[in-house]
Amino acid sequence: MGKIITLNGNGAIAEAIRQIKPDVVAAYPITPSTAIVQYVAQFVADGLLDCEFVCPESEHSAMSMCIGAAAGGGRVVTATASQGLALMWELLYIAAGLRLPILAGIASRALSAPINIHGDHSDSIGARDAGWIQIFSENSQEAYDNFIQAAKISEDFDVRTPAMVMIDGFITSHSTENVIVEDDKDVEEFVGEFKPLYPLLDVEKPVTLGSIDFTNYYFEHKRNQIEGIENSRRVILKVADEYERKFGRKYGFFELYKIDDAEIAVVLMGSAAGTGKEVVDELREKGEKAGLIKIRVYRPFPYRELQDVLKNIKAIAVLDRLMSPGAYGAPLFTEVRSAVYDLKKRPKIINYIYGLGGRDIAPDHFKQVFSDLEKLKLNRYKGDVVNYLNLRG
Amino acid sequence: MTEKGWKELTIGTINLEAGNSLQNYTGTFRSGEKPIFKEETCIHCLFCWVFCPDSAIIVKDNKVKGIDYNYCKGCGICVIECPTKPKSLEMVVEEIYL
Ligand code: SF4
Ligand code: SF4
Repeated sequence: MGKIITLNGNGAIAEAIRQIKPDVVAAYPITPSTAIVQYVAQFVADGLLDCEFVCPESEHSAMSMCIGAAAGGGRVVTATASQGLALMWELLYIAAGLRLPILAGIASRALSAPINIHGDHSDSIGARDAGWIQIFSENSQEAYDNFIQAAKISEDFDVRTPAMVMIDGFITSHSTENVIVEDDKDVEEFVGEFKPLYPLLDVEKPVTLGSIDFTNYYFEHKRNQIEGIENSRRVILKVADEYERKFGRKYGFFELYKIDDAEIAVVLMGSAAGTGKEVVDELREKGEKAGLIKIRVYRPFPYRELQDVLKNIKAIAVLDRLMSPGAYGAPLFTEVRSAVYDLKKRPKIINYIYGLGGRDIAPDHFKQVFSDLEKLKLNRYKGDVVNYLNLRG
Repeated sequence: MTEKGWKELTIGTINLEAGNSLQNYTGTFRSGEKPIFKEETCIHCLFCWVFCPDSAIIVKDNKVKGIDYNYCKGCGICVIECPTKPKSLEMVVEEIYL
């Protein structure tokens, strides 16, 4: 039996890291993910975690070390945020291209300029094409559960793809909540022993890793790489199922909240879902058919499964906690809109950009969105396709 | 050599045949000049062998025997490092067949 502990998001990820027992942790502290690295350092110092803990001189070096350690044949973990994740950028592609199952905890935060230390998804979604599995968490409990599942997903031999688990900077990383932390041995049993594939340290069977491809092979290797993240679709559901059977908490590609008979719905990721659900409850009491879809797995994007859900909804608002300058809407919106394009009866769909640099999103803002959706449903909406929520004009 | 399709490749670009760079004649990088070996003055100090960034100096029984032009890139480092006077390696203009 697990026990309930008060933890913030960073602490929840740190607990998961301690329990999955990495061989190497290489990380450079950066706000708001610093505490993950700090807790892990403390675990190592207190003898609670037996791993090689390395403090490199930058995030670029941290991810380089992770790649080296994973290629060597170890279970490897890091944590970062914002500019730190941005500094890892070129290495993220290498980790994915070499199919190394590295795990990263990300406390999502805005990118400069202007400098801002608060939560939005610019950093994590900025890394979406690097080839990593990307899982977003609403709260500390999900962060803990997601991180443990990410290890098992990423290390599956059909997947062997790095994975990052996101929490919202400060909003989740620094909010203390009650979290069920399972027994060490149960988590150890669930995740299983790390089995390296072609480790460089196996001198009996030497291999070459990281060699050059010219025009005649690069394209084939990149196509081959995609198989890992495509296979993860099946594995994510299988691992979620095993997790539910063992620990009782249910996960999937997304969470559906009062969606069965919903006519209007909000699609979003991360901590704002909690506020959104409150407003859905309020609207439901008034008899409005409102619902909410919280995307958990952003990469691989569950477009087929989403199509199945969205086909019955009349008007959808996609909420993005980042912008994509010059694009027709922000990333989650373009992705969801692309998914519904295939439907015979397409729902109407609009975009709200919100919460940049940690800007609050309150129940009233959700009410504004749902009231726009009511109008959109009845063809009375006069606003734009792409909107900004809680922004001064 | 037939080129493989994407389904036939190993995971993560891993190359399972260690040392197969021998099949890749990097000497094709050479353009314009190549070193030639002059045995008469060579003292077999093996500086050239140590400094060659490839493995293009052929050595047998601790003695330099010549240059493997299949892998020599023509960088000229061996010539610079050779301590004898006159040098026992010399860069010469190479005929290029286009
Ligand atoms: S460096 Fe010059 S002298 Fe020394 S082994 Fe090479 S060719 Fe001979
Ligand atoms: S020219 Fe360069 S590559 Fe060629 S033998 Fe000399 S050192 Fe080696």
